[in-house]
Amino acid sequence: MPSDQPLIQFDWIVNNLGEIGRRLGEHIEMTVIAVVIGFVVSFGLALLIRRYRGLSGPVLAVSGVLYTVPSLALFALLLPFTGLSLLSAEIALVSYTVLILVRNILAGLESVPPDVSEAAVGMGLTASQRLWRIELPIALPVIVAGVRIATVTTIGLVTVTSLIGQGGLGYLIVVVGINQFFATAIYVGALLSVALAVGADLGLLRLQRALTPWSQARAE
Amino acid sequence: MEFARAVIAWLVDPAQWSGPGGIPTRIGEHLLLSIGPLLAAVLVALPIGLYIGHTGRSALLAVNLANIGRALPSLGIIGIFLPITAGLGLGFGVPPTVIALFALAIPPIITNTYAGLREVDPELIEAGRGMGMRETELLTRVELPIAMPIVLAGLRTSAVQVVATATLGAVLGTGGLGRYIIDGIKQQDDPQLFVGAVIVALLAITTELSFAALQRAAVSPGIRRSGRLPTAVDAEVPRPSG
Repeated sequence: MPSDQPLIQFDWIVNNLGEIGRRLGEHIEMTVIAVVIGFVVSFGLALLIRRYRGLSGPVLAVSGVLYTVPSLALFALLLPFTGLSLLSAEIALVSYTVLILVRNILAGLESVPPDVSEAAVGMGLTASQRLWRIELPIALPVIVAGVRIATVTTIGLVTVTSLIGQGGLGYLIVVVGINQFFATAIYVGALLSVALAVGADLGLLRLQRALTPWSQARAE
Repeated sequence: MEFARAVIAWLVDPAQWSGPGGIPTRIGEHLLLSIGPLLAAVLVALPIGLYIGHTGRSALLAVNLANIGRALPSLGIIGIFLPITAGLGLGFGVPPTVIALFALAIPPIITNTYAGLREVDPELIEAGRGMGMRETELLTRVELPIAMPIVLAGLRTSAVQVVATATLGAVLGTGGLGRYIIDGIKQQDDPQLFVGAVIVALLAITTELSFAALQRAAVSPGIRRSGRLPTAVDAEVPRPSG
């Protein structure tokens, strides 16, 4: 990197707003795919664990080990089988969300006071009515807290997918920035990634408050 | 199983077991890259965490650091320091990586040290004061022994994250195990990147398990006998590393 290069070249940013916006869009798209699929998988796993308690140990152990594997290594482990593809990226991203989401969905459902569940039984609600109408609404704040952590984490990890040929803000950081010794692209990519993470976190918090107005008074 | 054969062929090649590109050298480089920043982060973050936890001052900082740390993409941090070290004439590969690893290791240690000290029953601290202990004695003989498992949980999160993120140093051209993955992708050499990924994964898991064992061993004997183990051993949900 030439030392006379200014750290931020604003004219580059202005001239490349289209490209920057496109990379931001890709980043959001990859994040949403991972969190949505991760949530569906985790929700299913959490319900299974509630029915078959014995599954809890193995599911949490496997997702815990996956969680420890560094992201670049997990991507690389998939490459020989699924190639430099969006599929490889998403498989790894989804598996990272599972530990956080399963844990929080279970914790949320367990936070339902037993007398509330009993009252619902007494009112004659079936198991699935209890789940959808009583337990999930009460569990929602804890579940959304999990979704927030999973989303923020995924946004950071998506930057690494640029190393296996994907787009997103990591493309600006690595391909345009580091590989060509161009500081401005590194800063734009990194700052937008942080801004996206903070924005998503606050947005989800607002969504949760809007969905559960009764939990306002309760501390987070 | 063509791929399995290729992996074995790569592994039995003597070139992988000695010399500058060999597996032992790469593991050594990886550990060397990780240990310095981790130790430096402990030296900086532990006193800050102890101060905040003991006095309760700037507690908001300790809590928010965890969230900020989570929002920072590790690849972005490595990238951010590259133009700075290059501009200062410090170099391109190891310096920005080491600084980034140091920065990443700090938040979990501060947050957990603070959380650990806050968990200590205030009555115990009062009792210590009543016995005439000075503030430093309270910290080293009452608070820290009780909080130790949670403090070490923070160290564990940091260590795993540093070992994981050191892999990304290869993007800037450092040595270490990330070389196998980055070079493997460039050379379309699947066996190389696959074996590299397996070793990186094993190293991260070994780090995690070693620190978990250390954490269990650090429970103060008095607390172990009383059977009242500290509850919040995972004060913070760890985040996937690198």
